[in-house]
Amino acid sequence: MPFLQVKDLHVHFPTDDGLVKAVDGLGFTLERGQTIGIVGESGSGKSVTSLAILGLHRRSKAKVSGQILLEGEDLLTVSDDRIRSLRGNQMAMVFQDPLSALHPYYTIGNQIVEAYRIHNSVSKQVARKRAIEMLERVGIPNPNRRVDQYPHEFSGGMRQRAMIAMALVNDPSLLIADEPTTALDVTVQAQILDLMKDLQKEFGSAIIIITHDLGVVADVADDIIVMYAGKCVEKGSVDEVFYTPQHPYTWGLLASMPRLDRARSDRLDPIPGNPPSLINLPSGCAFNPRCAHRSEVDADRCRTEVPELLEARPGQSARCHIDAARRSDVYAQISGTKP
Amino acid sequence: MSPLRWWLLMLYYIIRRVIAAFLMLVVISIATFAMFYGGPTDPARLTCGKNCTPSSIAANRKFLGLDKPVTAQYAEFVKGLVSERTYPSDPVFAKNNPSLVTHCPAPCLGYSPLQGKLVTDMVKERLPVTLSISLGAFVIWIIVGVGLGIVAALKRGRWQDRGIVAVSLVFYSFPAFFIALLMYNYLSTQWQLLPPPNYVSIFADPGGWFSGLILPWFSLAALYAAGYVRLTRAYMLETMGEDYLRTARAKGLNERTVVFKHTLRAALTPIVTVAGLDLGGLFAGAAITETVFNFQGLGRAVVTSVSVFDLPVIVALVLVAAFFIVLANLVVDVLYGVIDPRVRLA
Repeated sequence: MPFLQVKDLHVHFPTDDGLVKAVDGLGFTLERGQTIGIVGESGSGKSVTSLAILGLHRRSKAKVSGQILLEGEDLLTVSDDRIRSLRGNQMAMVFQDPLSALHPYYTIGNQIVEAYRIHNSVSKQVARKRAIEMLERVGIPNPNRRVDQYPHEFSGGMRQRAMIAMALVNDPSLLIADEPTTALDVTVQAQILDLMKDLQKEFGSAIIIITHDLGVVADVADDIIVMYAGKCVEKGSVDEVFYTPQHPYTWGLLASMPRLDRARSDRLDPIPGNPPSLINLPSGCAFNPRCAHRSEVDADRCRTEVPELLEARPGQSARCHIDAARRSDVYAQISGTKP
Repeated sequence: MSPLRWWLLMLYYIIRRVIAAFLMLVVISIATFAMFYGGPTDPARLTCGKNCTPSSIAANRKFLGLDKPVTAQYAEFVKGLVSERTYPSDPVFAKNNPSLVTHCPAPCLGYSPLQGKLVTDMVKERLPVTLSISLGAFVIWIIVGVGLGIVAALKRGRWQDRGIVAVSLVFYSFPAFFIALLMYNYLSTQWQLLPPPNYVSIFADPGGWFSGLILPWFSLAALYAAGYVRLTRAYMLETMGEDYLRTARAKGLNERTVVFKHTLRAALTPIVTVAGLDLGGLFAGAAITETVFNFQGLGRAVVTSVSVFDLPVIVALVLVAAFFIVLANLVVDVLYGVIDPRVRLA
């Protein structure tokens, strides 16, 4: 039985303007000790997915369907009390901007102690010791003094470390990191990613890392899911997605990433157009209005028929009408690399 | 920051703020004094109203020391505040009229010839009335206003929210005297649900003090509570959108803790500021409520003294009002240093 299995996940938000299909039929599996990276533009459904796993969507606002199996237990059908006992305990989350994600009126220590004591009936002194130990483990100097400080007295990188300490305080087996390094300096980014890798080795947790930064997933993830307009358009191992990408959207993402080994072109190639409205998705393939390779497909199928997520190579699948055999040639042409 | 260092910083901060508050009061007193005694009009003319005769004007001028330069008058006023002074101000006049000699112990706020008594005594009589009205109303409006504001925010968009907001808008829109008169007329006079408004000292008759104040309390509180409902609701909704509440839920906290610990702490902090300043302002007199219910508080005194140009009373009451507002500001700032860790004390 896989550790985490997401099957056909739908998260829909009914609004006055229509139904927003933020996540539409997402599926993936994750094993302990493994890291999966979910990549995509803003509004592609990455964060909505992570909040759905933790059960943080309001029932009155979001319609969540499908299955989220954590060690075989479907998180979408369990009671509120049950998912609350898992939240912060078995599965924890690190948020994007640690300054706004930490409570400004409570000390770092208080907030970690609170997270620990919800799930463990221990005294404040024991919890405080645990908090100091966690701060030390995530590399915060002087944890004895730092534990009594407020978030505004921490630097950005230190705040994110404290946030990670808080997430890991109950030894969660699943850690979800939503853009954990976006608000940080590049040098601090690398430190935080290294920290997450080290902690994963130590605790054996499974990690879902959500980012729009391909550099981050290349660094830490084993598998990648590329999301576009609420759907997975490509998934595979990091090496496969980086070296033999199958979907034109992935090609676009790779082409818009600055690279040291590509001296030939001095400009980045952005993907033309904007992400589609999730209420009025384009017919057929949601990416078709922005796709430069529609001519590879006969009879306008891109506009009329929604492509299935099909295996292109063993272990790697993509949601594209372009003939699987043609894709490496097309990609070779546009990227200037040999297939 | 170690606790000791924090307390030292706090102490230093309070000392600095007290000095600043003191300087502020000095400036306000100079400005008021200059405005009323340094102008081209003759203050002595105003001391006896319609019954003025040339001799009574001259006598009052000598009695209050209005024949001296305005700076000397201010010096006497300040001396009276910190130590004491004796009327009549003119020593020769005092020797010739020993029956008029009045001793005014510190803090001497002045003497009103129109009322024929010391302003200090008048303030001492009236301050308990105003304090009773405003403190009682304050308790009611904080409980009702903040409580309903929280309920409205938690039930946002539902009928509870709409009802609370609509009712508060009604109270907010009516003038204070209108609410007071309506409540007086219906609740007390016609339906006799509430005891008639009447002030007796809390030390003389605590039960009578309480029952006599119920009506003024509620009518004054209704006005303020309406504003606090809207304020609390707005701060609550703003806080409810904060990322740190999502973090709190992600930790596995139950909804009650998220609302009553994490949300309230952040949402109610700014209300402390507003509440402190409102209360400080009320201590200077709730003129309309006092007038409608015929309570002899400071607010009544302000209205009457202004209408008859009773200058010594006006100057004294401006200072009393300034004192309470400056004090409220000071208390709020110090409280803020305690409840909001982000406020820098240094």
